[in-house]
Amino acid sequence: MRAGLVFQLFLASSRVQKKRAVLTIASIAWGSVALLLLLAFGEGLKQQLSRGSAGMGTNLAVLWMGETSRPWQGLPAGRAIRPRVDDVNLLRERIPGLVGIVAEMRNWRTAFTYGAKTVNGRLTGSSPEYGELRNFYAQPGGRFIDALDEASKRRVVFLGNERAKEIFGDEDPVGKTLLINQTPFTVVGVMKRKIQMGTYGGPDAENAVIPLSTYVAMFGSDRVGNIVLKPERPGEMPRVLADVRRIMGAKYGFDPADEKVFPTWDTVETGSVMRNILLGIQVFLGVIGALTLMIGGVGVANIMYATVKERTREIGVKMALGARPSWIVAPLVLEGLLYTVVGGAIGLVLGMILIVLIGLIPTAGNDALEFLGKPTVSPLIGVATAAILGLVGLLAAYFPARRAASVDPAQTLRYE
Amino acid sequence: MSVLPRRRNGEIPATDGVVIRMAGIRKVYDTGKVKVEALRGIDLVVHRGEFVAVVGPSGSGKSTLMNLVGCLDTPTEGGLADARNRRVGFVFQSFNLLPQITAFENVEMPLLFGGVGKRERQARVTELMDRVGLADRMEHRPTELSGGQMQRVAIARALAMNPDVVLADEPTGNLDTSSGGDIMGLFEELWRQGRTLVVITHDMALARRAGRIVEVRDGLILRDEPTGSVATLREARASHG
Repeated sequence: MRAGLVFQLFLASSRVQKKRAVLTIASIAWGSVALLLLLAFGEGLKQQLSRGSAGMGTNLAVLWMGETSRPWQGLPAGRAIRPRVDDVNLLRERIPGLVGIVAEMRNWRTAFTYGAKTVNGRLTGSSPEYGELRNFYAQPGGRFIDALDEASKRRVVFLGNERAKEIFGDEDPVGKTLLINQTPFTVVGVMKRKIQMGTYGGPDAENAVIPLSTYVAMFGSDRVGNIVLKPERPGEMPRVLADVRRIMGAKYGFDPADEKVFPTWDTVETGSVMRNILLGIQVFLGVIGALTLMIGGVGVANIMYATVKERTREIGVKMALGARPSWIVAPLVLEGLLYTVVGGAIGLVLGMILIVLIGLIPTAGNDALEFLGKPTVSPLIGVATAAILGLVGLLAAYFPARRAASVDPAQTLRYE
Repeated sequence: MSVLPRRRNGEIPATDGVVIRMAGIRKVYDTGKVKVEALRGIDLVVHRGEFVAVVGPSGSGKSTLMNLVGCLDTPTEGGLADARNRRVGFVFQSFNLLPQITAFENVEMPLLFGGVGKRERQARVTELMDRVGLADRMEHRPTELSGGQMQRVAIARALAMNPDVVLADEPTGNLDTSSGGDIMGLFEELWRQGRTLVVITHDMALARRAGRIVEVRDGLILRDEPTGSVATLREARASHG
């Protein structure tokens, strides 16, 4: 009955001033478009960045070989610790709960010769596991280096896609032979193009990988350049890193608590920082959108104040006839909310259309657009937008309506 | 001032039972620097079935008196909506009908606020519109009616919740003499039917048609006496049985 009465009163009293209503609804619609687009771009950016940071591989730690920073059992600080390839095999045996652990060795000035063309660049020697850990996936027709390559010290190479293009141009490199530092190598695969935002020592697309055993034989040293590892559970990263220092510390004589021995990039840790930054960006964009929408809300409040002022006499009459204040306020709130809901609905539909259209713009090849990602709507964004819209509408309608309830009937009914 | 409990469907005209009792009522309008004493001690008792005309020059405090009686002018909240709805029916000089709805809907409004069911609303509004002689104007909007007709719709609206007292503030002030006379005639008829009426007017000719004249001047009651109409009414009632 009460709700019915409020609705009846609403129908009887609301008279839409077309021009005003259209402008107000347009401002709410524009605010909604802005809010939705900003949130969707934030979401797209977030997804793109997490895709990009996953390009190097997820939940990895990269350890470089450093020096001790404190004396230990009679040994001075400042000693360089340089584990050998076998030490990585030791770590693999001793540390439980690992997806993989590999040694990585690098040479920065390697000559790649194909035909008359020579290119200088980076060469990496590592194990077959390296491909899985670091997301080196071969294009169709190729493969990453495998266990047999490693065991028989084969001269095979897996090329990053950019490096392959540089050396071979449009030719398909798989099966071709090229010279690496004047030694012939067979190309077994080319990397599938990937988005990679985190790198150490340069993007994987410009890398060339050969079996670790081949690398050791070729360059005559089995001192590890760096170690890449991945625990089964990301939460176990600190434990795994402590294990590495404990085992190596016992062997090479350094304090297991000395973190300077193996300077480490823990992507689990930096990833959570990254997620927080992205969340911050999204909240920031959301606030800008909400503020834009708030301007629309001010428009609704404005129109409602004008309405209350115009209907002061009507409100006074109703009060004299026995209307309760809530019966005056509720229809007005309903009217204000209606503007917001209609404007919001229009805005959201427009926003969705825009998002779809923006999604159609090709981004491949354009680094800036690719980095930005495509605007994406998530259920959370839908809920957030609806909640902000509802709140704006309610506030914009409530305050003017409350003024209506404070109308003094004796004042308004006095004959003028 | 007190408004007594609602009478029980009282159709029987009677002058016992107090509907309004004001004792030593004062009202000061404080406009910052100047304090205006609108009422300076009013004692007024209105019995059930009385027809009181309140007269006096403008600024004498007539309207203030009516606003106080009608609970329009008190700062408190809460039960006032109910009191306005059930105890008092208002008739204004400028009619104050809602222009965007029909005469029927205007009369229906207080019934709506009073929580009266749809079927009963229908019946009561039809009966009231018939009583004020506008049965054929129910679907007209106020703008399509003459001033006299609008005031009759307003009177029907004031009667809708069967209130203890009908308060009319200069009900003929916006009407020509003949329409004004008609309205006063309608009030007389209501009085005869047992309604309690308080009418504010500055037209002495109209006031004399009421049963009692209260003259207010400078916030005080200057004169309070019955008119000859009471005798006429008694005769009329006696002859009707």
